[in-house]
Amino acid sequence: MRRGLEAMMISNAGILRTRFGTGLSLVASILVTLFGLLALTFVIGRVMPVDPVLAIIGDEANQETYNRVYQQLGLDQPIYVQFFRYVSDMVQGNFGVAILTGKPVIDDIIRVFPATVELATLAIIFGAGVGIPLGVYAATKRDRLADHIIRFLTLIGYSTPVFWLGLIGLILFYAKLGWSGGTGRVEIYYTGIVQPITGFLLIDSAITGEWDVFWSAARNIWLPAVILGTSSMAYISRMTRSFMLEQLSQEYVITARIKGLSARQVVWRHAFLNIRVQLVTIVALAYGSLLEGAVLIETVFSWPGFGAYLTSNLMIGDMNAVMACVLLVGILFIGLNLLSDILYRVFDPRTRS
Amino acid sequence: MTDPILSVRNLNVTYLSSRATLNAVRNVSFDIGREKVAIVGESGSGKSTVGRAVVRLLTPSAKITADRMDFEGKNLLSLSERKMQDVRGRRISMILQDPKYSLNPVVTVGEQVTEAYRVHNKVPHKEAKERALAQLASVQIRDPAHVYDLYPHEVSGGMGQRIMIAMMLIPEPSLIIADEPTSALDVTVKLQVLAILDDLVRDRGIGLMFISHDLNLVQSFCDRVLIMYAGQVVEELRGDELGDAKHDYTKGLLASLPRIGDRRGRLSVLDRKDSWSMPVEKRP
Repeated sequence: MRRGLEAMMISNAGILRTRFGTGLSLVASILVTLFGLLALTFVIGRVMPVDPVLAIIGDEANQETYNRVYQQLGLDQPIYVQFFRYVSDMVQGNFGVAILTGKPVIDDIIRVFPATVELATLAIIFGAGVGIPLGVYAATKRDRLADHIIRFLTLIGYSTPVFWLGLIGLILFYAKLGWSGGTGRVEIYYTGIVQPITGFLLIDSAITGEWDVFWSAARNIWLPAVILGTSSMAYISRMTRSFMLEQLSQEYVITARIKGLSARQVVWRHAFLNIRVQLVTIVALAYGSLLEGAVLIETVFSWPGFGAYLTSNLMIGDMNAVMACVLLVGILFIGLNLLSDILYRVFDPRTRS
Repeated sequence: MTDPILSVRNLNVTYLSSRATLNAVRNVSFDIGREKVAIVGESGSGKSTVGRAVVRLLTPSAKITADRMDFEGKNLLSLSERKMQDVRGRRISMILQDPKYSLNPVVTVGEQVTEAYRVHNKVPHKEAKERALAQLASVQIRDPAHVYDLYPHEVSGGMGQRIMIAMMLIPEPSLIIADEPTSALDVTVKLQVLAILDDLVRDRGIGLMFISHDLNLVQSFCDRVLIMYAGQVVEELRGDELGDAKHDYTKGLLASLPRIGDRRGRLSVLDRKDSWSMPVEKRP
């Protein structure tokens, strides 16, 4: 689905860019993609083997009740009317009620999503912040000892199951060393002190001046963030290394050396500028998959996040909640694609018209 | 020949790998004064390797040795990497073949020229920019202020090569290595670029090492010509005496050139002899 959306984005943007101005074409491309996303989720909702009527009334109810609910849900209406209703509901943020919590789905998402964003953002900062310099360094030391060590360690980091790392991390840093807090977003006795403003606990606690809560949240988040970011870090560093090696064999590198620049200056002032576009692509994709699929780490650390929410609703077949989550992931990727598209233009003059 | 700026004796470049050693350049000796010296040879003859060995910009697997590689009284082979960075650009610079690849695609051409000056001269950016604009004008770029802010993909091949030359001239080097500087250009632009290089040698007294495979061109353009084959210099001639070459390889190359007005029969093909690759005598 992610692939499909990207392809849709790219082709739409391509067609429209030739006709309209850049800004207009971006807006149009987003709208078209969003429409496609809504159509897709609508179709998925229709073909899922879960009967929405049975999900509400249960399989003990009689035929009369079934028919009444069937009508109330509008399922007797023509498809295009149903689709129109679906779109207007979605646009208004009316996703229905979640069975599991008994609250509107939108309220649930507002609660769980910031927890995941907070975790994934710290994870990607760690992943890119460590991975990129490591990859550049490995490239400059190609085939030497440092390169081999970095490649070996990142291969291990990339291949190790994240839930295993999570458990080992908890044993080591929580149980033995005490450097990290336990599971959840804060220690249990700090729960509920800070009312959500942005939903990001680190920010909310800092705004309200609840520093005890802030430190507890920081102690709790660093370990899952680092572990979640480890595979991104490994992936980003290996990709950075190969992007960098490709650039270091280019002629302009010789030009820069012949001007009298040192090898290090050439790397940062010239070669690095040329891998930024590729880095944006892989970091954005890595960030997207962290936001969407941190299920394992959220389970290990009892993190009340989006991945855990989506999984538990999938298990009980609550289509309201699942479709809202799918839609959110889709919108997220549209947003990240848009951001990458803008950054491409900033970083590469050849993509500006 | 004037006093040599660069004097090389028995230069050897060897690529070491775990499987084999490759002698890319063998006992090459030459002097370059304030003149145009061509190094010609076919692909793989080692001519570009000689150029890059002089500035020590070969891959780390290449081992460079020489009895002497003196430049302005310094032995280039004994300089530290830090000292070598002072020589590169400031004293010796190099023009590469195709500006499409030799300019950094994401940096404006003006910034690239300015950088070449600021590497060696600690001056404010504004002053360096003025120098760069003047230098661009001196290689016959009509609107330097406009060109300054362009990116490499926005300029033509000929202008790109003039920008490259401006970038290499700005710290005022005394030796320029031009590695096939006109091979990627069309004929009219080629002549403009050659005229600029010619002026440099005549007016500023710069030494020019002109690496090429174009015999017709070096015959008319260069003062002296070194012919390389299989990593060795097999013959050294004055440009205008190229027709009197004695070595079979040089004669073979000249014979295989098409000539306007000739009958369009088959061109002669090199009949390679093993003796051409035999080690030549070392020079003292």
